[in-house]
Amino acid sequence: MSVQPHPIDAVTQRAVPVAPPAAPSLAAAPSHAAPHIVVTGVDKVFPVPGGEVVALKDIDLTINRGEFVCLLGPSGCGKSTLLNAIAGFSHPTRGGITVDGTKVAEPGPDRGMVFQEYALFPWMSVAQNIAFGLEIKGMGRAAIEARVAELLEMLKLTEFRDRFPKDLSGGMRQRVAIARVLALDSPVMLMDEPFGALDALTRRSLQDELLRIWAATGKTIVFVTHSIEESIYLADRIVVLTYRPGTIKRDIRVELPRPRDSASAAFNALKRDLSALVTAEQHRFEEVEMKGLTTD
Amino acid sequence: MNARLKPLAEGFAVPIAVLVIWQLACTAGLVNPMVLPSPAAVAARWWAYLAPLEAYDPAHGSWFLWLFSGEMLHDAMASLYRVVVGFLVGAGLALPLGLFMGTSDVIYRHINPLMQVLRPIPPIAYIPLSILWFGLGNAPAVFLIAIGAFFPVLMNTIAGVRHVDGIYIRAARSLGASRMTIFRRVILPAATPYILSGARIGIGTAFIVVIVAEMIAVNNGLGFRILEAREYFWSDKIIAGMLTIGALGLLIDMGVSRLNNHLLRWHRGLES
Ligand SMILES: Nc1ncnc2c1ncn2[C@@H]1O[C@H](COP(=O)(O)OP(=O)(O)OP(=O)(O)O)[C@@H](O)[C@H]1O
Ligand SMILES: [Mg+2]
Repeated sequence: MSVQPHPIDAVTQRAVPVAPPAAPSLAAAPSHAAPHIVVTGVDKVFPVPGGEVVALKDIDLTINRGEFVCLLGPSGCGKSTLLNAIAGFSHPTRGGITVDGTKVAEPGPDRGMVFQEYALFPWMSVAQNIAFGLEIKGMGRAAIEARVAELLEMLKLTEFRDRFPKDLSGGMRQRVAIARVLALDSPVMLMDEPFGALDALTRRSLQDELLRIWAATGKTIVFVTHSIEESIYLADRIVVLTYRPGTIKRDIRVELPRPRDSASAAFNALKRDLSALVTAEQHRFEEVEMKGLTTD
Repeated sequence: MNARLKPLAEGFAVPIAVLVIWQLACTAGLVNPMVLPSPAAVAARWWAYLAPLEAYDPAHGSWFLWLFSGEMLHDAMASLYRVVVGFLVGAGLALPLGLFMGTSDVIYRHINPLMQVLRPIPPIAYIPLSILWFGLGNAPAVFLIAIGAFFPVLMNTIAGVRHVDGIYIRAARSLGASRMTIFRRVILPAATPYILSGARIGIGTAFIVVIVAEMIAVNNGLGFRILEAREYFWSDKIIAGMLTIGALGLLIDMGVSRLNNHLLRWHRGLES
């Protein structure tokens, strides 16, 4: 049932390009045949003292099965709000979201979530964290053992299996959080700035690992970031949001071959274009925040 | 001097100086020994209090039991027993109530006002009522100690449950956990640092209350013994008893703190 987005190179374990390298373009994403996550006419309004914040306005977004989509935008533009709505943590004020045709009403193991703050249970060891979802699912002891061992291996965590999260580096913690979500084999993986707190080298190695896992599992990934570079490196498709109200400014398909070379001309051309889009929103963000500061 | 011994030497310097001055003052006859006995007299009395009352007699049983037949160890065991039973009663009631109050706003709103009214009443103020209700003996002592342990455990349990970081609950929900599972496997462990620190305060309070309770309701235990010593003007025994109370308190606190460290070995605050 899972569609592999790219064949995997047996040696590098990386996805290899299916099509010959194409020039990057800012053309709108073409519609696909297998919609997985469908967001229709979603508004999200937060009441705040003395008014309201329109965090999302008229969001229409269809994400196809197996797609890697980045939500990109400056701080406060509603990326987390949209992701949380897909996860089922909060309900849209208007409109609706379906995953696999089913309306999202609450969080569930079919939509694994990776948080920027890791959200590992600090009182559980690495192995216990990974096993948690499987125990809830009612899987047998032996099967859990085997699955956990496999995930520890996959994320290079085997020697850390009995450590507590406090004794791990940020990168290691995020590997555990990813393993915990992978354990459930959910078709959708939602990630909210998962690598935002990591140093550049750790970040790149986790990005590569994520791409490898994605290529191997064919999951649909919705990945929030405010790093333009990261979104181009990872995504099939980049959705740029505007700042207040959060609307979809652009929906861009990234046609660069994988593995992507962040030093290449095509990569940087795309980066320049996206930069112009995001910077405009960043300026609006700064304007609003400054006004907020002076009138408060 | 070596780096490990230096802080030790620094720590002992002042107490030793105090002891020396105290002893010199007594030897020189500057203080009335009825008011303040010399350290040597206190030490001798402490040893007599600790040692078995009778010489060892193999006909009367094991050597081991004989070793622990001194008055002090009996008193310490009696006090410890009351602390443990009273604490278990108090904490045993406070923990479930605190968990309910922490998780349910409805229960909290109904019960919290009553708790806030009762909480400032010091356990000591319950002494007359406890004697009226339970007479003399262990029962009123356990009652008072339970009250002393109840509120710290209750307050900390409520705070612990309420302070659970919402992100753990969100993570658990997205992994498919039911409300019951979240309570058992997320809220409860996340609240343990608070609960255990409440338990530690509760045991400390229980230890204060046991001494007072023993002065009024029973005829053994460390608190009873120092009051008894006063009636005979044995000031050396009073001080020996006080030192024993201090030592037992320290031992209990060290034990609880080691248990806490073990239970909270996952906790960030306890690194190093
Ligand atoms: N619970 C809330 N109550 C009020 N306003 C909120 C709430 N949550 C979010 N907002 C507002 O909604 C807007 C979008 O917030 P959101 O967290 O989705 O932004 P974001 O794009 O994820 O930003 P960041 O990159 O900083 O995480 C912001 O302006 C924020 O202030
Ligand atoms: Mg966010």
